[in-house]
Amino acid sequence: MATPTLTRPAPSTTTGNSPKIRQPRKKLTVGRIAAIVVAAFIAVLWLIPFAWATATAFKTETDAAAPDVTWLPPSGFTPEAFVKVFQDGNIPLWTWNSLYTSAAITAITLVISALVAYALSRIDFRGKKVLMTVIIASIIIPPPVLIIPLFYQMLALNLIDTSWAIILPQVIHPAMVFVLKKFFDQIPRELEEAAVMDGASRLRIFTQIILPLSRPILAAVAIFVFIGAWNNFLWPFIATNDGNLLTLPVGLQTIKSAYGIQYAQNMASALLAALPLIVVFLFFQRQIIKGVATTGLAGT
Amino acid sequence: MSTSTLSRPRPETLRKPGSRSRSNVSGWAFATPFLVFFLVFLVWPILYGFYMSLTGKSLTGANDSLIGFANYAEALADADMWRSLGNTLYFTVISTVPLVLVALVMAALLNVGLPAQWLWRLSYFAPYLLASTVVSLFFTWMYNPQLGLINEFLTGIGLPRVAWLNDPNVAMWAIVIATLWWTVGFNFLLYLAAMQNIPAQHYEAASLDGAGAWRQFFSITLPQLTPTTVMIVLLQILASLKIFDQVYQMTAGGPAGSTRPVVQYIFETGFTGYRLGYSAAISYIFFGLIVVVSVMQFVITRRRSA
Repeated sequence: MATPTLTRPAPSTTTGNSPKIRQPRKKLTVGRIAAIVVAAFIAVLWLIPFAWATATAFKTETDAAAPDVTWLPPSGFTPEAFVKVFQDGNIPLWTWNSLYTSAAITAITLVISALVAYALSRIDFRGKKVLMTVIIASIIIPPPVLIIPLFYQMLALNLIDTSWAIILPQVIHPAMVFVLKKFFDQIPRELEEAAVMDGASRLRIFTQIILPLSRPILAAVAIFVFIGAWNNFLWPFIATNDGNLLTLPVGLQTIKSAYGIQYAQNMASALLAALPLIVVFLFFQRQIIKGVATTGLAGT
Repeated sequence: MSTSTLSRPRPETLRKPGSRSRSNVSGWAFATPFLVFFLVFLVWPILYGFYMSLTGKSLTGANDSLIGFANYAEALADADMWRSLGNTLYFTVISTVPLVLVALVMAALLNVGLPAQWLWRLSYFAPYLLASTVVSLFFTWMYNPQLGLINEFLTGIGLPRVAWLNDPNVAMWAIVIATLWWTVGFNFLLYLAAMQNIPAQHYEAASLDGAGAWRQFFSITLPQLTPTTVMIVLLQILASLKIFDQVYQMTAGGPAGSTRPVVQYIFETGFTGYRLGYSAAISYIFFGLIVVVSVMQFVITRRRSA
């Protein structure tokens, strides 16, 4: 699969960047204006949940629960709900838990997947075809099927209510092994031949030649795995009961009952939980979009 | 030193002046770290889960005795199991169409070459970065029958209030709307990537022939996107079949079990009912369904590329 370029303005641009030539498609025709109107309408619809959550989070609890539904509360806006939520200390703790577990999952996934992908791409060993087939076949296993035996296994290993229970089962991404292998396959072999003649070890070739050339795909896989781990709910929900270990999505599940009908605090918590990834996205928009588009069809 | 090369056009490997056995050693050495995790946390659970499904294992007492396929027989006669499977299929059917169509419309609009591309991409894709719990909190609040923004809007334009999450006839649609908002951005990106890979020459030739934008979209863009559409539909079906998070968080499967998906039934049988063996059996019935869809996907894509 060719890496999609998502940064080109439009498929009609044929040549260069000479500013003198106005693209004919850039003209404000009736059609383009209509497209902008429709696109804007959808964008507004898509932003409303964020806007409404924000408006609610900055209200007093009284105003938030008032029968008169309004964007502009009578007593004005206040950061009260955010302060309360932050003082509880749960959100910062859960964010930290999510951060280190997701980072560990991403790091382990990258290392083990890149190593095995390199072997599948470059080394001719006995049993390679079988290994490849088994890894590809395992792509179809849906995580929910594993929850019961995994839980039992974690009980047996005495890992329930430890971070390891959250991390370890989430590092196997057969589809990503496949994505990496495909990328390695495209790296010209001539680059390695000289090193082979010089008697460099496999590991050296891998770390000195292959990995530096594979930065874009490694970033794409890292992004994909990180977002998945950061937002995963089902497994961490099962693996932890200890309040100190809850990840953000799981912790957030507990506040509904804790806060009852404290709507402003509910929304403030949800927004604080959403913030880290949204901010990261604003900074790395291009890489993230490219990464998602590259790895998105990986299961195929 | 002849190695049996696989039937590939390219030489598959680099041959070192060394022995074949050395390749075997290094190959497996590179594979080992992944293999350890793979065997312990994927292969073993999937096999052990099957064994569990043949026992009466529970979280309360240790009844490890093999009972054959009794769990399966019970599951196939269990009305709740069928209902949850039916709910899952219903959700899959009614969610897949909007999740593909809306994504296509979004991508087509952007492909016209709108200004401020990043802004549109951000608005459409941002929800995909949220955890299910955040989405559920947002929508539970907007669906609130008395204080919700949505009912406020409906009464504002003279329509009756809707009991979104409390009406068995509406609740699943409420879940679909929230899911559409949450995940359509992913399909949209896949479509956008595919559209921008269509060579410009196709359009230029059509322009010279005087084909307008609509004409170009239906006679060039859509046909070129067929493989992408097939893939997105199949991936979406597989994703929708696994639904659990947002239902569990928004309706807990209610009202009256009308939204409870099969994954929730697996979860509840195991962790609320403590019946691990029975729960494992239902897991395998669900797994069978996923395998059938995956095989379909494999056959369709094979045929396409052949």
